[in-house]
Amino acid sequence: MDACHCIEPQWPADKLLMKYQYISDFFIALAYFSIPLELVYFVKKSAVFPYRWVLVQFGSFIVLCGATHLINLWTFTMHSRTVAVVMTTAKILTAVVSCATALMLVHIIPDLLSVKKRELYLKKKAAQLDREMGLIRTQEETGRYVRMLTHEIRSTLDRHTILKTTLIELGRTLALEECALWMPTHTGLELQLSYTLRHQYPMGFIVPIQLPVINQVFSSNRAVKISSSSPVARLRPAGKYTTGEVVAVRVPLLHLSNFQINDWPELTTKRYALMVLVLPSDSARQWHVHELELVEVVADQVAVALSHAAILEESLRARDLLMEQNVALDLARREAETAVRAHNDFLAVMNHEMRTPVHAIIALSSLLQETKLTPEQRLMVETILRSSSLLATLINDVLDLSRLKDGSLKLDIRTLSLHVLFWEALNLIRPIASVKKLFVTLSFSSDMPEHAIGDEKRLMQVLLNIVGNAVKFTRVGSISISASVAKSESLRDPRAPGFFPVPSDNHFYLHVQVKDTGSGINPQEIPNLFTKFAQSQSSGTKNSSGSGLGLAISKRFVNLMEGHIWIESEGLGKGSTAIFVVKLGIPGRSHESILPFVPKVPENRVPTKFLGLKVVLMDENGVGRMVTKGILMHLGCEVLTVSSGDECLRVLIHEHKVVFLDVSLPGIDSYELSVRIHEKFSQHFSRPFIVALMGNRDKLMTENCLRAGMDGVVPKPVSVEKMRSALSELLEHGLLLDS
Amino acid sequence: MEIVGQLQKQYVDFINSLFREGYLDDQYVQLQKLQDDSNPEFVVEVVSIFFEDSEKLLNDLASSIQQQVVDFKKVDGYVHQFKGSSSSVGAQRVKNACVAFRNFCEEKNLDGCSRFLNLVKQEFYLVKNKLETLLRLEQQILQAGGTVPLIE
Repeated sequence: MDACHCIEPQWPADKLLMKYQYISDFFIALAYFSIPLELVYFVKKSAVFPYRWVLVQFGSFIVLCGATHLINLWTFTMHSRTVAVVMTTAKILTAVVSCATALMLVHIIPDLLSVKKRELYLKKKAAQLDREMGLIRTQEETGRYVRMLTHEIRSTLDRHTILKTTLIELGRTLALEECALWMPTHTGLELQLSYTLRHQYPMGFIVPIQLPVINQVFSSNRAVKISSSSPVARLRPAGKYTTGEVVAVRVPLLHLSNFQINDWPELTTKRYALMVLVLPSDSARQWHVHELELVEVVADQVAVALSHAAILEESLRARDLLMEQNVALDLARREAETAVRAHNDFLAVMNHEMRTPVHAIIALSSLLQETKLTPEQRLMVETILRSSSLLATLINDVLDLSRLKDGSLKLDIRTLSLHVLFWEALNLIRPIASVKKLFVTLSFSSDMPEHAIGDEKRLMQVLLNIVGNAVKFTRVGSISISASVAKSESLRDPRAPGFFPVPSDNHFYLHVQVKDTGSGINPQEIPNLFTKFAQSQSSGTKNSSGSGLGLAISKRFVNLMEGHIWIESEGLGKGSTAIFVVKLGIPGRSHESILPFVPKVPENRVPTKFLGLKVVLMDENGVGRMVTKGILMHLGCEVLTVSSGDECLRVLIHEHKVVFLDVSLPGIDSYELSVRIHEKFSQHFSRPFIVALMGNRDKLMTENCLRAGMDGVVPKPVSVEKMRSALSELLEHGLLLDS
Repeated sequence: MEIVGQLQKQYVDFINSLFREGYLDDQYVQLQKLQDDSNPEFVVEVVSIFFEDSEKLLNDLASSIQQQVVDFKKVDGYVHQFKGSSSSVGAQRVKNACVAFRNFCEEKNLDGCSRFLNLVKQEFYLVKNKLETLLRLEQQILQAGGTVPLIE
């Protein structure tokens, strides 16, 4: 019967069981077909699925399984061989694919698992970032708070406002229950409660500064959590026992001098204030790190703000002080001006009112002197004249000094003759000097100009003062005056190291030295000499005539002439030397051209003033004698020639005005001759001038001649001009110098 | 007149040469200035006295140097005198020689002294010669009716 070549099913055909199998297979096939569809659908939807080919594999596996089950449906009944073959093929394929898939899955599943791991990791990371974001946000908020706080604090320079604002803002920002500031007292040993936020605790409470909790806070620049039972934290009135956490921070109180730009002076400030912050007791809040940082920053800012406030206070105080001082100075200045005006008015009055009568006295006394008087009367008139001259000098001195002091004195610059100046000065002191039998010598250096430009009157005053002092303080001996052009080296006075005169084309410095053998000066008193009105105590009272102003005035004049004056002395009894250097102009090179001189007499005329002048000439040398005689006669003199000292003495009578002695020949003691001539004429009113004719210019010999009482020296060989000028000078000024 | 002019020119040249060569110096000019109408022979007189004195001095000098023991002080004294008179007249070279002579006297250098004595003598006779010539020229000018030109 098997003509259909059918295959018998394996199992017996149980109808019910087969029915159920049939249905199950159908549903399995359905499911197996729909699963890949679903997979495809959802994978298509998802963007990321890295294992598509796995999907294909899996899908085909499932499809094949479904096909197998589907084909199985046909095998429940009689089925043909084809069906069986198809079935077998399907099963084989399915087997292959499923095995492949199984193998594949071994690789894939760990991967898939690790994806999951990564996902978990990312989630964790995201959570962490979230947390950090939260932190940053918090910090930013903190920063904002700080900036706002700082702004508030620093917008005022008033100390109280600063502190109050700080407490208020901190309280607000951190939602504090209480905030307090303890300031150190003046003694520095205690802290005093100065500011609180809520004023719930009496102010002025004092706590000693050496508490351990306070030391702990002060020793660190961080905000420190302290116990709420410590004395500084007990800010609630009694009765409330629970308080929130308390934090304390130090606030450095910077002094102005502690400010360093680049770093906070951690170690140098000693003074701190204490800021105490209390969290509310009924919240379970803790102090967070960022809040502590906020507190620390605020404390620092407060410190700065306080210092600025202190600086401002300081400067305001200084400004007030300055204003006061200004006012006082102004007042003083006005008073000084008034005084000066009064002084000037007084001077103006004195100038005229006092001088007039004194001059009248002097003038009339001089006139009286010219009339016929008995010797007693003459003596009286001379005394009157001397006293009133002295008075006039005193007045002038005082007036000069005041004018010098206020700078109103101006030098009267004109051309002057230095030679004339010195002769006149010498003439003035000659009487006194000869009464005291003092030898006065005068010498000029060869490079000294005849004329100079300066204030003649004041220079004369200085010279007279110095020479007068020399004469006054010398009882016996000599006074030598020498004038020269100053060279730089000779000008140094150890007491005036700042004086460096530099001659120029227009000026030279005149150096005058007056040396005397008088009573000397104690070296310690030398600085006082030029002080007004100071008289040396040790020089004895006999010489205390004079105002004591002379040297002070001389010094002023010398300074006006851009010079320097000083006195040297080796001690009492050893004489003294006064030296002054003044700056004078060189005539002809500056614009001064005032010549107070009469132009020279032309050479050819016989000068009438020498006509008939009786002179005596002593010269051993015949030729020289003749030549000199010729010159003198040429000038109009009546010459009597002698060739020896004795002869000279014999023929000399008082009608002879000049005696010329040739001193170049040894063997004749001209000095002794000069002295004897002096003696011969000592009873007379006047004696002839004694002039030495010297062959070699010898300074020592010149000095000796002058010291021996001669009036001058003329160098040989004599020329007409020299003789002429010598005679003129001799007759006009009474003294002759070699030039 | 021509002769006067010639003589004057001769005179001027001569006296200038004397100045140039140092025989005379400015002092001689001074002497000439002193000569005027009241004293017409002044220069001649002075020069004559100079010659006389100098001869005497030179003799004294020679004899004092030739002594056994030379008194240098005395020699110096003579030389000093000679110097004085020669400078008064303007005999420059003589004067300079005297100055040097005096140095040897101070040093008591006999050899130097005698050498310089000869030198001084030599100079003296030289200048004497010149002066005599000069004065003769002056005379000639004056006799010819001219005036002696003054040298400044």
